[in-house]
Amino acid sequence: MPYVVTDLCTGCRYTECVSVCPVECFHIDDAMTYIDPQNCIDCGGCVPVCPVGAIKAAHKLPPDKMEWIEINRRRAAETPLVTGKLAPLPGADERKAMILR
Amino acid sequence: MIPRASSPRRAAGRYRVAIIGGGPSGFYAAEALLRSEQAVDVDMFERLPVPYGLVRFGVAPDHPKLKQVTRVFDRIAEMPGFRFFGGVDIGKAVSISALRSCYHALVLATGAPVSRLMDVPGERLPGSYQAGDFVAWYNGHPDFQHLQFDFGAEQAVIIGHGNVALDVARILAKTPDELRHTDIAAHALDALADSRVRDIYLAGRRGPDQTRFAAKELQEFAELADCDPVVEPDDFPQLSSNPPDTEPAAALAMLREFSMRPTAKRRRCVFLFGLTPIGIEGDGRVQRMLFNQRQEQAPAIAQGHVALDCGLVFSSIGRRAAPISGIPYDEPGGVHPNIGGRLAAGGCALRGLYVCGWGKRGPQGTIGTNRACSVETVANVLADLPQLDEPLRHPDSLFAGMSIRRYVDYRSWGRIDAEEIARGGAKGKPREKFITVDEMFAAAGGGVAC
Repeated sequence: MPYVVTDLCTGCRYTECVSVCPVECFHIDDAMTYIDPQNCIDCGGCVPVCPVGAIKAAHKLPPDKMEWIEINRRRAAETPLVTGKLAPLPGADERKAMILR
Repeated sequence: MIPRASSPRRAAGRYRVAIIGGGPSGFYAAEALLRSEQAVDVDMFERLPVPYGLVRFGVAPDHPKLKQVTRVFDRIAEMPGFRFFGGVDIGKAVSISALRSCYHALVLATGAPVSRLMDVPGERLPGSYQAGDFVAWYNGHPDFQHLQFDFGAEQAVIIGHGNVALDVARILAKTPDELRHTDIAAHALDALADSRVRDIYLAGRRGPDQTRFAAKELQEFAELADCDPVVEPDDFPQLSSNPPDTEPAAALAMLREFSMRPTAKRRRCVFLFGLTPIGIEGDGRVQRMLFNQRQEQAPAIAQGHVALDCGLVFSSIGRRAAPISGIPYDEPGGVHPNIGGRLAAGGCALRGLYVCGWGKRGPQGTIGTNRACSVETVANVLADLPQLDEPLRHPDSLFAGMSIRRYVDYRSWGRIDAEEIARGGAKGKPREKFITVDEMFAAAGGGVAC
C-alpha cells in the first residue's frame, strides 16, 4: 500500500516531501512529484509535511483520484529522481492559500 | 590494523568528520557529507557491533516494510570515504577529546536513549516498566535482554498516547502466530506466548482529538486476530463536522470508528482519555494504577480520581538525550542545545561540534525526518570546515594506547547480517538477531583487530 501524489501537487513544488523521504523515492517533472511504488516503504512521513495535502495512502484515495496510483507508477519510471528540496514555483504561496481557504 | 582512511595523496587537503551513532540520523549525516562538493572522509562510531540504531532496536518487528530503509543505509556505507567502527563506545573506550584530536569536526547522532519517568509514587514497583525498555527487549537489544517481564496479569496499562505506546499495545495484543514470522527476539516470542494479558488500557492525559497517534498505526488495531479496539462513545466531545486534514484529525476519525465497533475477540485494547497518572499501588508488586481524571472528559463521575486494577504498567511518555561528559545538555528539553545543529553553550556555537537527530530536536517525526534534520546540520558543518583547525593526529592512531582491541567494520557486519538471516530462515523468520555483543563479534569472525 504505497503512498500516492495527486494532482493537487501541481504548480507549487514545495518538495517538503522530498526532504523527509527516508528512501529517496520521489521523482519529478515540470508539473509535480511522483512516488515510486517499488521503493516507497509506507512510512507515511511525506503526508503530513505536504503544505497542500496532495499525498494520500493509495487505499484512501477517493474514486475520482484512483487513476493517480497508475500515474505515479508510470511517471516515476519516466522522470528523474529528486533528492533534495527545491525552490517553490512562483505563485506557490498564493495557490496554497486558495487551497487551504 | 585499521585500514588507512585514504591514500596519502587523496587524503591531502581532505576533511575528516567523525559521526557518533549508527542510527538513521548518523547515516543521513554521512550521506550529506559524502555527497558534498568538498572532499570529506567520514568515520562512523557505533557503541554496538551492529548498525541501524532504532531501525533495528526501535521499529516494531511486525513493521518489516519500514526496515527496508536499511538498504539505503547500506548504500551510504558503500560510498567512498565512509568507514564504520562498530562496538566502539565513544565516551568509554575512546574519549571525546581523543576523538576530537583526530577529526576536523564531530557530529553527535546519539539519539534520545533515556526514558522519561512519570515521577509518581510506586513507579519502581515490580511490574512497572518503561515502554522503551520493553521495546528494546523484544527487539533483542543486548543491553536489555536480561530483563524479565511477567505477563501473568490479565490487565496491562500503557501510559501515553504516542506511536511507541501503540507498538507496545500491539505486541501485547498479538497472538504468537501473528508474531512468529517477524524478527522479534526468540526470548520475547516465548515469554509472550505464555501471556495471560486480556485487557490492555492505553491511558493518555488529553482528549481523543489531541493524541500523537498516527492514523495508519491505529488502523492496525482494527485488523488484529484476537483483539478488539475499544473506545467509549462518551469520550467524544462535540467536534466540528469538518475537521482539517491533519494527522490528529485522521487519528480522531479512526478512534471514532473504534467507538462504533462491536467487540467479540478474546483481548481488548481500550483507549482511555483525560487521565493523568498520580500513582501506582500494590503489595510488593503492581496491583492498580491511579489517575486524576479531567472533568470535561468525565461528566458522569463526580470524583476526579480513577483506579484501574492491573498487574503491568508500561510508561511511554517520552525520551530524552543522555548527558555526555564535555557536551552541553539542556536538562528540561532533554536535548543537546544547538543552533541549526551547531552545538551551543550560552547561546554561542561551539567550534567543530555538531548534533543531528533526536539528540538535536527531541524524539519526534518519522525515520525520514532525520534526513532533513541531518542535511541541515551538515550544511553548517560544510560551511564551517574551511575555518576549523587541522586535527593534531591522524585517525589511524586513534586507538593507539587505548584499551580497545577490536571493532566491527561494515564488511564484518555483513557476516553478522548473513548469519542472522540464515538463523531466521530456519524458523520462517526474516532474521533471528544475536542478542549479545559476544555473539555478534563471534559471528563477525572476531571483528577487526585494532
